[in-house]
Amino acid sequence: MLNIHDINVYYGPIHAIKGVSFDVNEGEIVSLIGANGAGKSTILKTISGLLRTKTGGIDFLGQSLNATAPHKIVHMGVAHIPEGRRIFQRMSVEENLQMGAFTQPNSSIAASLEHVYELFPRLKERRRQIAGTLSGGEQQMLAMSRGLMSKPKLMMLDEPSMGLAPILVQQVFNIIKTLHDAGTTILLVEQNAHMALSIADRAYVMETGKIILTGTGEELANSDEVRKAYLVG
Amino acid sequence: MSVFSTIFTQLMNGLQTGSVYALVALGYSMVYGIILLLNFAHGDIIMVGAYTAWLFMVNFGQSPWVAVIAAIAACTVLGVVIEKVAYTPLRKAPRLSLLITAIGISFLLENLAQLIFGAGARPVPTIIDVAPVTIGSVSISGTAIVTIIVSVVSMILLNLLIKKSKMGKAMRAVSEDTGAAQLMGISLNKTITFTFAVGSALAGIGSVLYCAAYPQASPTMGAMLGLKAFVAAVLGGIGSIPGAMIGGFAIGLAEAGASALGLSVWKDAVVFAILIVVLVVKPTGLLGRNLQEKV
Repeated sequence: MLNIHDINVYYGPIHAIKGVSFDVNEGEIVSLIGANGAGKSTILKTISGLLRTKTGGIDFLGQSLNATAPHKIVHMGVAHIPEGRRIFQRMSVEENLQMGAFTQPNSSIAASLEHVYELFPRLKERRRQIAGTLSGGEQQMLAMSRGLMSKPKLMMLDEPSMGLAPILVQQVFNIIKTLHDAGTTILLVEQNAHMALSIADRAYVMETGKIILTGTGEELANSDEVRKAYLVG
Repeated sequence: MSVFSTIFTQLMNGLQTGSVYALVALGYSMVYGIILLLNFAHGDIIMVGAYTAWLFMVNFGQSPWVAVIAAIAACTVLGVVIEKVAYTPLRKAPRLSLLITAIGISFLLENLAQLIFGAGARPVPTIIDVAPVTIGSVSISGTAIVTIIVSVVSMILLNLLIKKSKMGKAMRAVSEDTGAAQLMGISLNKTITFTFAVGSALAGIGSVLYCAAYPQASPTMGAMLGLKAFVAAVLGGIGSIPGAMIGGFAIGLAEAGASALGLSVWKDAVVFAILIVVLVVKPTGLLGRNLQEKV
């Protein structure tokens, strides 16, 4: 579904992604794990077109995304739930969801809203509330629902567990599983390696702009290297 | 004239000029809200609107209605063209380059106008021909009434557009978080162009109303008007749409207040004194938000 081959991404003179290649197949949950600054978020931003690669390429459903404008990539069925949630703080909950459905025909928005409110009754209660006043967990719910409103084929989540209490982290991962069961392919970026590996079909471990390890979620969770680096403590 | 009627007359004068300032200030604020650019060419768009009205009425012998529509259309198109030609190529450049470009465009427009139409002022025929309304001992000019009504209606429509329409919501989303807005599938180019078009159309309405009150077109007429509208936008909180409206009316009323106290030669100084006070006391303006730097 998503094929990334030999991408090199730069921030000015800084070489952030060094020749990374990987695949996401339809129906999978794929996790990218690694320490801060390894380049995980940079990869997601490059897929959604906010950053560009100097070499290689990104193909989604057989079409190249290399020069496609970010808003067109959303049209093609890629939703990116960015790091730090990035909800529209000054808009209401429902307006945030409507923005999520920007690519959808007006006639289908009401049904999508109903669907999201069914999944997250909490958001329905707060639909008129200004999004900036929601708690951290609710904001993450809103960010994920907003991504869902575009009816994505591939959903990319960047650190959805960041800054959340353990019980909410569990809830967020349950939601990811629910979305996956409903047929959405998931590309998950996480520092919480334990959780990310536990739900992943396959995972890639990144370090300073390169992929250093790959395997199924289970294999990596049991690998000595990963255990030493990310899972101990 | 009694004290009451003096106050009332000055109040109407203040609201009349204030509504023009507000219309122009909206353009400054909307553009700043969306691409953080102080578009100093915005004032000169008004000058182009005024010349268009003059051209259509005097040279082409058209009715005021046609001239009004032509002026608004010319301003809208010009605003969009400036954005496409001058600002779009600088989307990723430092903000200072954009600001300098805006000042350059401003000089370009003023000098082009001088080249084409000459340095002298061209008298614009009557645009709004409405009889004055007399209440008791006070008479209010028809132009003032029409100006205030037209600008209030424009502002209500603008508010509806921004609150309810899809494009309006996209504008708010882009102004809040450009990156996240793109991830929603919002086209940055379209939204920015739309913002310039709406802002410039409001300036076009402002230019016609301004010419109704001060019936002449000159190459530098937009400079002072633009600066005052800019002060209005800063007073209201640049980037805030209700702020621009309140700021515009406040600046208009402050000028009228200065005139009422016999300080009419000082009224420009009063406006810029307000700017200094705002920048010292509350740089975010009345309704502005603290800009949080994103990491």
